[in-house]
Amino acid sequence: MRVMAWWVQHLLRLAVVIVAVAIVAFGLIAASPIDPVDAYLGDRIAQVGPEQRALIAQRWGFDEPLALQLGTWLGNLAQGELGWSHIHDAPVSEVIASRFHASSMLLLLAWLGSTLLGFLLGVVGGACEGSWLDRAIRLYCYTLASTPTFWVAILALLVFSVRLGWTPVCCASPPGVVQSEVDWLTRLHHLALPALTLSLLGVAQIALHTRERMRQVMRSEFALYARAQGATRRDIAWRHGARHACLPALTLAFASLGELFGGSILVEQVFAYPGLGQATVEAGLRSDVPLLLAIAMFTTLFVSVGNLIADGLYRWVDPRLREAAR
Amino acid sequence: MTQRLPRQEHTALLEVSDLSLRFTRRSGWFRQSYINGLCNVSLSVARGEVHAVVGASGAGKSLLAWAVMGLLPANARCTGTLRFDGQPLDASRQARLRGRSLALVPQSVAALDPLARCGDQLRWAAQRAGIPTTSIQQRVARVLGQYGLEPGVTRAYPHTLSGGMARRVLLAMASIGDADLIIADEPTVGLDHANRERVLGYLRDLAAAGKAVLLITHDLRHALKSADHVTVMRSGTTVECAKAHQFSGEGSQLTTAYARALWQALPSNAFLQPRPVNPVNEAIDLA
Repeated sequence: MRVMAWWVQHLLRLAVVIVAVAIVAFGLIAASPIDPVDAYLGDRIAQVGPEQRALIAQRWGFDEPLALQLGTWLGNLAQGELGWSHIHDAPVSEVIASRFHASSMLLLLAWLGSTLLGFLLGVVGGACEGSWLDRAIRLYCYTLASTPTFWVAILALLVFSVRLGWTPVCCASPPGVVQSEVDWLTRLHHLALPALTLSLLGVAQIALHTRERMRQVMRSEFALYARAQGATRRDIAWRHGARHACLPALTLAFASLGELFGGSILVEQVFAYPGLGQATVEAGLRSDVPLLLAIAMFTTLFVSVGNLIADGLYRWVDPRLREAAR
Repeated sequence: MTQRLPRQEHTALLEVSDLSLRFTRRSGWFRQSYINGLCNVSLSVARGEVHAVVGASGAGKSLLAWAVMGLLPANARCTGTLRFDGQPLDASRQARLRGRSLALVPQSVAALDPLARCGDQLRWAAQRAGIPTTSIQQRVARVLGQYGLEPGVTRAYPHTLSGGMARRVLLAMASIGDADLIIADEPTVGLDHANRERVLGYLRDLAAAGKAVLLITHDLRHALKSADHVTVMRSGTTVECAKAHQFSGEGSQLTTAYARALWQALPSNAFLQPRPVNPVNEAIDLA
């Protein structure tokens, strides 16, 4: 029953966040210099007179008050009707679905990679505080944390794709091959370098926070008592340390989903990977308003659900939080 | 079970002689400074007895416990000898015997991992003491019964336990591996009268079962109630080592003025204000 109440409360909060983001995003687009009619016409703008433009605007409801337009859009949004993307010449929902499908593998691999590697490095570094291993891990993390993602991406591309020729230079599949004929090994081959680059982004933060918590645990009274029971350092690190350190690691892993998505925009751009990130850049540059708004909403949902999961897992790991909610 | 065994001449299980301890600290680039922790501490604990170490806060009682367990920080320098069961007790032997022959009952409930169920922590303690996996469950059941803990305690997290229960869980963890020497560091702090008596009774039971118990406490009354021998510590050194019955009357059987003053200061005795009675120790205090 209490679990139910918790979920209801958090889902309501999620709904409020989404509505608020929708209103702000709509307001920003309305205030921007983008003219949807111009964007729709594109090159054909010279062939169209002012009367026709006015007709299009009227047909699309631009003569109505802004609040009414917002209401119509929100209503459509609630029904799952996201509009038509003129640059892809397809329904927005289809564009997002296919682009997210391409990105999802990249995001998932990068997320798993950064979380697991970061956690592992943090646990080892914190357990052997002050050792050469710890120093090496810290040096690695500080270097990573101060390196821009796109620069790492370009460097990786230069070294692994151009110089060594291990990985393909671009795209999610070889050019000129029909999508359905590409096997999963080829896909993975194309995915490897972007995923690796993107996962490097999250490693440093998770590793450093995990290491900090590990250090606290290794100096705690219960770690000393575990030693008094005859426990080895490794025993303490895994039984007590990893248990405590997964709290900050979980929070960071889910809270960094937004950052991961932001990173994927840069990485997909550098690797010319046809995912959601690249679609975002195109939609922005070519004034595809329905697509841009829909991606904004989709990202909000993605990040908020991530945070919700983190909150839920936190309660599952720490019994004291479970009690506090009662 | 809590009645005292007649005092016999046991051979000492733990012998501490002339144990001194200091912590090095870097001051500047090349110089080191020292902080004295313990100074010529000597005592011996035999099987079948409760040996109490009494002293004020900062007297070095817990340092003594950690030195015996081998849990001192890396910057501690120890001199003097520790012998356990007739053999020298060095760092590698301490590491081998921790949890198996040497057990600690820690001072505070913070020694339990707040994120792990008590049952898991009991099982871990058994594993660390080298109990074979097949008999761990049986051991857990045994110690739970021994300390009057419900089987449901194994599902509980430490923060849900009462102070008395947590202390009994710690006692259960310390005795799950059948250690020969049990060092109880202030096991009765923060407990009400009934729970305190209960914990002291358990310690006496352990001694009656042939274990050696080192009871560290700041309260002479608790020490006298349950111990056979009492060592009084002050400012990092042992001031007096006496049998419990020597603390009687005016304290005339005690050899040092500090121990006598401590005895006389008890509310049930003369309730006298302790005077600065021992110039040597005063000097150590100031140093």
